[in-house]
Amino acid sequence: MAHATGTKYLKDGVLPHMWCSGCGIGVMLGAMLRAFEELGCKNTDTVVVTGIGCTGKADDYLVTNALHTTHGRALAYATGIKAFNPKLHVVVVMGDGDSVTIGGNHFIHAARRNIDLTAIVINNFNYGMTGGQVSGTTPGGRFTSTTSWGNPERDFDICALAEVAGANYVARETPYHGWELKEHIKEAMNKKGFSLVEVFSPCPTHFGKNNEMKQTREMLDWFRDRGMPADRYRKLSDQEKKNHFPIGRLVDRNDPDFSSRYEEIREKAIGGSRGQE
Amino acid sequence: MSREWRLMQGNQAMSEGAIYAGARFFAGYPITPSSEIAEECSKVMLKIGGIYMQMEDEIASIAAVIGASLAGAKAFTATSGPGFSLMQENLGLAVMGEVPCVVIDVQRRGPSTGLSTKPAQGDVMQLRWGRHGDQSVIALCPATVAECFLMTVKAFNFAEKFRVPVIMAPDEIVGHMRENFSLPDPGEVEVINRKSPSCPPTEYLPFVADADGVAPLASYGSDYVFHVSSSMHGPDGYSNNDPANAFWRVAQLHRKIEMHRDEIVICKTFSTEDADVLLITFGATTRAGRAAALELRKRGIRAGVLQLITLWPFADKEVAMLGGRAKTVIVPEMNYSGQIAGEVQKVLGNGADIRRVNSYNGEIITPQDILQVV
Repeated sequence: MAHATGTKYLKDGVLPHMWCSGCGIGVMLGAMLRAFEELGCKNTDTVVVTGIGCTGKADDYLVTNALHTTHGRALAYATGIKAFNPKLHVVVVMGDGDSVTIGGNHFIHAARRNIDLTAIVINNFNYGMTGGQVSGTTPGGRFTSTTSWGNPERDFDICALAEVAGANYVARETPYHGWELKEHIKEAMNKKGFSLVEVFSPCPTHFGKNNEMKQTREMLDWFRDRGMPADRYRKLSDQEKKNHFPIGRLVDRNDPDFSSRYEEIREKAIGGSRGQE
Repeated sequence: MSREWRLMQGNQAMSEGAIYAGARFFAGYPITPSSEIAEECSKVMLKIGGIYMQMEDEIASIAAVIGASLAGAKAFTATSGPGFSLMQENLGLAVMGEVPCVVIDVQRRGPSTGLSTKPAQGDVMQLRWGRHGDQSVIALCPATVAECFLMTVKAFNFAEKFRVPVIMAPDEIVGHMRENFSLPDPGEVEVINRKSPSCPPTEYLPFVADADGVAPLASYGSDYVFHVSSSMHGPDGYSNNDPANAFWRVAQLHRKIEMHRDEIVICKTFSTEDADVLLITFGATTRAGRAAALELRKRGIRAGVLQLITLWPFADKEVAMLGGRAKTVIVPEMNYSGQIAGEVQKVLGNGADIRRVNSYNGEIITPQDILQVV
């Protein structure tokens, strides 16, 4: 069988894309479109919702339905779409600013609500579009255009945040692991309930340049050497864990999603009984 | 068949009006003095196949409303000043993306948290200019429980017909007031639905207007695939940075409202034919204004009332016509800054005898307050 290329979801004449050479957003987009193809998604039943920033430009390349929203609010828009029409595949593509910095409140509540959305988050550890400023995922001590002497704050672990907030599915990959990324996006889209796929991404133009990884290759090497499948990562000592991060499927559970719960309650309301909780 | 009359609250009447108009999606965040609307919807939506969602904040509420609208719902939210402030950025997306929706702002006294249970009419300018950028909106203001119902239906009709967000802006008095009201039967009040595309799906351009200035709107999940964007976009909804395109887009957003101005601007008049003294009122001040006008007539002064139901676009023609032939114009409003009085002055000029009556302590304006300036 021929491998999926995903190109049927790509708008004609839009390549080359706008992202810097070495950026991971193109790899993410390719993986997402291949996942769409392998899952048999139709343009009519798929809605891609984006936020603002480098990652937020992704909708311009797509021929599926799309909604390009305001900064940080993509998940809230997507919630309205999915709640009203649960048959749609609603995929929310965001950066680390959108998802857990300006939009952190919507992120934890979408996960808590366990609404059946697939969130794909490009985490490049800084605000790329606006010139490489510090974000909620810039590691402590790292250099950005607004932390020239080092970041005094700590960073969010996006996957851990999604897990404790109640997501049914959480995975992390990097552009170094393109095939696995596609597979995890497929799993996430097949999972009922809130799913998160975090994609660590190089930002050679800003974050890499400011942190002694000016060449894309250096950041990809960093992902290759530091990324470790979750089962192996869990066996490391606390000291060893500091030099690694877990990749692959991190959370996989089947709590009822928002729409299923709402319909159960609707039945009770129509029947006129609150029933037993 | 005799009608069933019910003692109904303004907030409840707006909720009933929304559902009558076909609203099947409500997302909101509780805030005094609007919460009864959310409570009512939380119960009713379950039973009529709709969705009620209590979101994490007002930013998310309006975002979810816009998302649901694009999925085909007639959708709305309700809030008050602090929440309305939070909604502004996303309300701008509804303007830019031409997404029908209704926002109810039950006005309370500010600034900031202010007097959260007390009435005000301090958001008049925020209704018009609250969002960044350069845009027009429609805002309606009811003065009675019946108007709460009927103008909410109207708000949905305008939203659907013109692909715009419409803001309902009662004050707390009207939101919490109870009056007798009889719900109209289905079909008795006109309900308008958005225009769907009829072209082949491959030819659909979501931002190319028909002769009426408004483009048909498809729904996500239909046979029509489309893009909507907060960024400047071309006829197809994809990003477009061409200045010629922006010139066309921005003008089109304003023009579709200008084209239908006379349909949108709703006023009522009471004894204005021979009025030497014209009271220009909106919301709760209409009630005090009408009582004051009657009292003035008893005293031999020919007074009348022009009630503004549509606050934006402003009723400039109506104010010019009736205000121009009156000797004195009085504008009572529950704000310090005279937000409507300033608009009236713009229309009538600095030479006009315009008298302001302002309350800004959370207390109602009484007929006596108005009589004092005559």
